[in-house]
Amino acid sequence: MRKTGFPAAAILGAVLAAAPVAAQEVRVLNWQGYGTDEDWAVEAFQAQTGFEVVHDYFNSEQEMLTKLRTSPGAYDVVLINSAYTRQAAEEELIAPIDAAAISNFGDLSPGLRDAAEFAWQGALYGVAWTWGVTSIAYDTEEVEPGDSIEILWNAAHAGNVALRDDSVENVYLAALATGQDMNAPDDLDAIRERLRALKPQLRTFWSSEDEWNKEFAADSFDVAVYWSGSASRSAKTYGLPVGYLIPREGAIAWLDGLSLAADAPNPEGALAFIDFMVSPQHYVRWDTETGAPASANAAAMGQLPEDAFNRQVLGDPQATANLQFMAPLSDETRQTFLDIWAETKAWYAE
Amino acid sequence: MRIKARRRRAIAALTGPAYLWLAATVFLPLSAMLYFSFQEKGPFGKHESAFTLEHYEAFFAKDYLLALTWRSLEMGFHVTLACALVGFPAALALARHVRGRWREALFLLVVLPFWSNALVRVFSWTVVLRPDGVLDWAAGLLLGGFLGDCAAAGGGLCLPAIDLTDSYAAIVIGLVHSYLPYMILTCYLSLQAIDDSLIEAARSLGAGWAGVFWRVVLPLALPGLVAGTVLIFVPVIGSFFEPRLLGGPKGAVIGTVIEEQFTVVSNWPLGGALSFILLAIVLLVMALAWPLLKDRLRPAS
Repeated sequence: MRKTGFPAAAILGAVLAAAPVAAQEVRVLNWQGYGTDEDWAVEAFQAQTGFEVVHDYFNSEQEMLTKLRTSPGAYDVVLINSAYTRQAAEEELIAPIDAAAISNFGDLSPGLRDAAEFAWQGALYGVAWTWGVTSIAYDTEEVEPGDSIEILWNAAHAGNVALRDDSVENVYLAALATGQDMNAPDDLDAIRERLRALKPQLRTFWSSEDEWNKEFAADSFDVAVYWSGSASRSAKTYGLPVGYLIPREGAIAWLDGLSLAADAPNPEGALAFIDFMVSPQHYVRWDTETGAPASANAAAMGQLPEDAFNRQVLGDPQATANLQFMAPLSDETRQTFLDIWAETKAWYAE
Repeated sequence: MRIKARRRRAIAALTGPAYLWLAATVFLPLSAMLYFSFQEKGPFGKHESAFTLEHYEAFFAKDYLLALTWRSLEMGFHVTLACALVGFPAALALARHVRGRWREALFLLVVLPFWSNALVRVFSWTVVLRPDGVLDWAAGLLLGGFLGDCAAAGGGLCLPAIDLTDSYAAIVIGLVHSYLPYMILTCYLSLQAIDDSLIEAARSLGAGWAGVFWRVVLPLALPGLVAGTVLIFVPVIGSFFEPRLLGGPKGAVIGTVIEEQFTVVSNWPLGGALSFILLAIVLLVMALAWPLLKDRLRPAS
């Protein structure tokens, strides 16, 4: 349609504006290239429901909120990280969702579906869609992982552990190890002590997926903090002997949900689109063809090939029950975490 | 009088642009940073901000900041000393014993590192210093086989592999490499200006080569050595990316703490305050060193 000349487009635009065709569109706000805008998905959804899907993109959570604030009525479906769902709901940027309209709702993992982040004033404001984890990867040829986060502190791996030089991530890990709520830890001294105790364990800091793979291949470390999606690629694409552990103490997780924009011009289409997105039909093809984060839909995870990383490692409902999801941090908390980590690094350097 | 006025105008015209440039690029940002270092909040978001000394107090309240500052000063001392020990003899050889095209060629080699990006240079060191890296390989070549590979040593000499990654030594090596040219260039300028006849006079009056070096060459070259020291010591104690990349978990210095205030938490006031404390320490060190050097640096009259 873009190729038609200006007058044709203008006429068409006038006709579209006059007719109640807005209802024929579903307007989606998301990161670019993040599942909703796969060509085959958009076509399949249109074939199924008759709704055309139109995308707009954001590059940061703040930009997403700004677009919702400044353009009410412009969007139907919006992807929101669960750490921001509450804020969007409080600002009335998104509307409550009737779970009965989502046919796949019953298949979603209860731990994710019922996450407190999606609820506000007793109503549902986000449908759990995808998630991922920051946890511990290990060398399957050298390490017997067990099921505990204590693997990082295990003297058997002294000098063989790698971390990322990230204050928030490391404070979170120590909070999990000391049995605290990582988003609001109250025993900071226990965290300091745990981080200090990593000194003899620590081999190096890694800073990128590429570096992680190279150092791992060069046998620099056997146990390291890593992102679940990256670990999947290390094992699948690069054939490295990488195993992934979600400890019984929990792991750092992020969760993305799909929400219904406030004043959505096409709420019916929006709910249909959300239902389609959380379906196994969409997810299995997305993960197999493109590579996706884990799905919140347990049935979808179950339909992945047996050897798929997302199914093997993250498909275990027991593991997902222990996850702690990242909440937004205040400036003060961020500074506190950085101070703790800076002090710890000074200790490492001594 | 007219000539004097003209001369003054000429000086103003010649130096004016440089000072204007410095004022715009150094003085103004520094003043802004000094202002923020006394404010509660940085220039982001909508909030009230008031005068405070808390960021300066924070430095003295936290032991690890003092410890890291001390570590940075030590690092500055070690790097500067190594640069002097390596750079001065090199400058001496270049200035007094190498002539013509060889000198040009060697000079080119000295400044060559400046032509490549600093980050690239630091990364290339990680390749040299890692186990199975260039250094390990070269040492193994001399001793036969890779170090640390005891099976390959076949019962012979078996030494641990050379692995300097993520160590204090790696930081110092990388920084010396980055800053050595300053020392060679400043020392070269001083050494080259020494009149040959002074050395000949000392020799003819019975001084040995050691005496000539300690009592004639070194004192006359001192301005160059001091200039090189200042040019190296000051940036090294504020360095952050070399310690971060080469030091890994051992890389914490006051420079990395300051950097993180800006990049991780956008805490300009604290980052600024720490920077100015570092600046004050540098000025203090120089003020203490000045009486020792004052007489030596005065041009011989």
